[in-house]
Amino acid sequence: MKINIKNEEIRSERVLRIEEIAGENIFKCYQCGKCSAGCPSADQMDLLPNQVVRNLQIGKVDAVLNSKSIWICASCFMCWTRCPRGVNLTALFEACRQVKLRENIDEVGLKQTIQEAEEMDIPQIAVISVLRKLTS
Amino acid sequence: MKRIGVFVCHCGLNIAGSVDIDKIVEEVSKLNHIVYVKNYIFLCSQPGQQMVEDIVKEHNLDGFIVANCSPTLHEKTFRNTAIRAGMNPYFVEVANIREQSSWPHSKEKKKATQKALLIIKATIKKLVKNLDYHSKRVDLTKRALIIGGGIAGIQAALDIADGGYEVVLLDRQQSIGGHMAQISETFPTLDCPQCIMTPKMTEVGNHPKIILRTYSEVEEVTGFIGNFTVKIRKKATSVDWTKCTGCGECIAKCPAKPLSVFDCFLSKGTAMYRDFEQAVPSFPVINRDACLYFQKGVCRICEKVCPIDAIDFEQQDEIVEEQVGAIIIATGYDLMPMSEQGEYGAGKYKDVIDGMQFERLLASTGPYAGDVKRPSDEKVPDSVVFIQCAGSRDPESNYPYCSKVCCMYIAKQALLYKHNVHHGQAYIFYIDIRSTGKGYEEFVQRVQEESGVIYIRGKASKVFKRGDKMVVWGVDTLTGQTVEIETDLVVLASAMIPSSGAFTLASKTRLATDKYGWFSEAHPKLRPVESVTGGYYLAGAAQAPKDIPETVTHASGAASKVLALFSNDFLESDPIIVQVDPEICNRCGYCEAVCAYDAVKLNSKTKIAEVNEVLCEGCGACAATCPSGAISHRNNTRSQIFDMISVATEDYKEITTKFDK
Repeated sequence: MKINIKNEEIRSERVLRIEEIAGENIFKCYQCGKCSAGCPSADQMDLLPNQVVRNLQIGKVDAVLNSKSIWICASCFMCWTRCPRGVNLTALFEACRQVKLRENIDEVGLKQTIQEAEEMDIPQIAVISVLRKLTS
Repeated sequence: MKRIGVFVCHCGLNIAGSVDIDKIVEEVSKLNHIVYVKNYIFLCSQPGQQMVEDIVKEHNLDGFIVANCSPTLHEKTFRNTAIRAGMNPYFVEVANIREQSSWPHSKEKKKATQKALLIIKATIKKLVKNLDYHSKRVDLTKRALIIGGGIAGIQAALDIADGGYEVVLLDRQQSIGGHMAQISETFPTLDCPQCIMTPKMTEVGNHPKIILRTYSEVEEVTGFIGNFTVKIRKKATSVDWTKCTGCGECIAKCPAKPLSVFDCFLSKGTAMYRDFEQAVPSFPVINRDACLYFQKGVCRICEKVCPIDAIDFEQQDEIVEEQVGAIIIATGYDLMPMSEQGEYGAGKYKDVIDGMQFERLLASTGPYAGDVKRPSDEKVPDSVVFIQCAGSRDPESNYPYCSKVCCMYIAKQALLYKHNVHHGQAYIFYIDIRSTGKGYEEFVQRVQEESGVIYIRGKASKVFKRGDKMVVWGVDTLTGQTVEIETDLVVLASAMIPSSGAFTLASKTRLATDKYGWFSEAHPKLRPVESVTGGYYLAGAAQAPKDIPETVTHASGAASKVLALFSNDFLESDPIIVQVDPEICNRCGYCEAVCAYDAVKLNSKTKIAEVNEVLCEGCGACAATCPSGAISHRNNTRSQIFDMISVATEDYKEITTKFDK
């Protein structure tokens, strides 16, 4: 699989926007992978947390915004707590969700989730967490 | 000063390209005191310097100005020219018309010329008031003190002693040897320290020029380069070393069994101990915190078994004084405390150990005589997980630097583990592999190819216990998957930090350190073995993490600096420093507080500031601070500086007078 790395994508407007919302410098990351190693949801993700940052570094914003990972993230802050360089990945994930939400796309499936919540007796806090992902 | 010459340098086109040299020569010739003006294409060249020398002699000049580049480049060059011409070198001043005029104004020829002229005029005004100062000679004690008896201290001591000068080698432990003595085998050649280091230790012990002071610490350092007085605390050993033969009877019979410091607390030693079998000196000491007699008032078995009555329970600490001319700091490193790595269960689980502890497990002199067994239940580990960069390269835990040796020693430890436990499997979590020394990359390749060690690219995140196994959570960033490994033993490549005594020593010697506590060198590239303060030199990991070859190189470098210092019969001090007018000094002591070199002190009786002419570096901080104006900087006095300012601002006189009104 080959990807083309393009100058114009690397510091594109959307990357800068994500950085701005998160208040974070993605180039602090040196790809040690400790975030992915500690993430409790990593095995459900299609892109590992460190791969999300890597894609942002090389300007592949679409790969990130179209990934399931940013919606699977439970905002537990484990990645940020463990990161040796202090990169706030939780904020970066949130910023990615914000960018996507502002395009008015419902990735969560609100109706279905609420229905499932009623049927499966999902804890209330988990439902709220899902709803929170729809606010921007 | 009556007869001043001015030499204007073209510096190729660097100056002549934007400054009108002819106009400068013409204008400067008209000024007072100027008897000769000459321009030349490259003044710093051999013929250029010869020309200056000849003109000084021929026209009997008593001072001259070179209008050229920054004084950091060629002030010394032309002061030497002056000496050759028989003139006081401190009557040479540099007018910097390159960095301050021709370069910044390269496209404005008129302005550049005008500014260059002002710079020269201001410098002339200063030179006229220069006084006739001469350098002073100070005696020099040709003995060195080396603090720290690891491989750095040992190497530096041998080099200086072989050069013919006396060395006092100090170590706070019972024996010299330091961390290298604890290591199992050394990368990349797998020599054991017993083979390569003990001969050096014996040589130190027998060298007629080396005075060994182990189990001793620095109490106080006074004096300055060439003339230090060092008070050393000889800690009470409780054994009369002048009688002791090192037979070891007392050690064999000692019933108190504290954990061994040398074995990183993995085995039990004795209260009467020497660091290790090949210790130099071989005489033992009593660990009073563990000794049954000192703690409970019973036992005294050592006294009974000693064939020559060398045990002395009454012995007290003793302070001895040494006079030395140079001090080498070779205090080395420690590993970061295990308690700082909570996510890896360090300090909580017995089977999570650091790199130095695993060295002891591998060493033939170690807790299990070279058999690798895990600390909790003495089981031979079927697998070992190594975690690199545990603390290093980690700004969040305050150690952003690379510890430099871990990539190599972890590869070595994985290999030695495989040599020991043939069926064992080693896993290494790494971020990058840094193997830049001679033969290092080849060694890592050998480990990867021959020993079946699995390198996993990613950092481990968490270590916890499951049954009698340790579980490591990590990631393999190359396959993009998280990883879980059940293992018997976890080894952390903990970050190297400055030795635990380094902080106290730095405050006793007033030596500069960086924010992590490593001793600062005078220049990061060009003066790596000298400290900022004269007379102090650095060797080995006291300055920054280093492996053994680099430490030895660094130590030999420090020794050669000391030998160069000792090749002088006296020291000459630069006279361009500060001086105090005792009539004006109001005894406030601000000067003492700002001096970075310990050079200005208030007299203990009169409380008037006094300058140590050898220590003073002439930085001028005290002169600027002195509220009463009692301290002046020689040849840079207030009146000289203000003269220069008024000349340099001549063109603005109208504006400034208007402003004053």
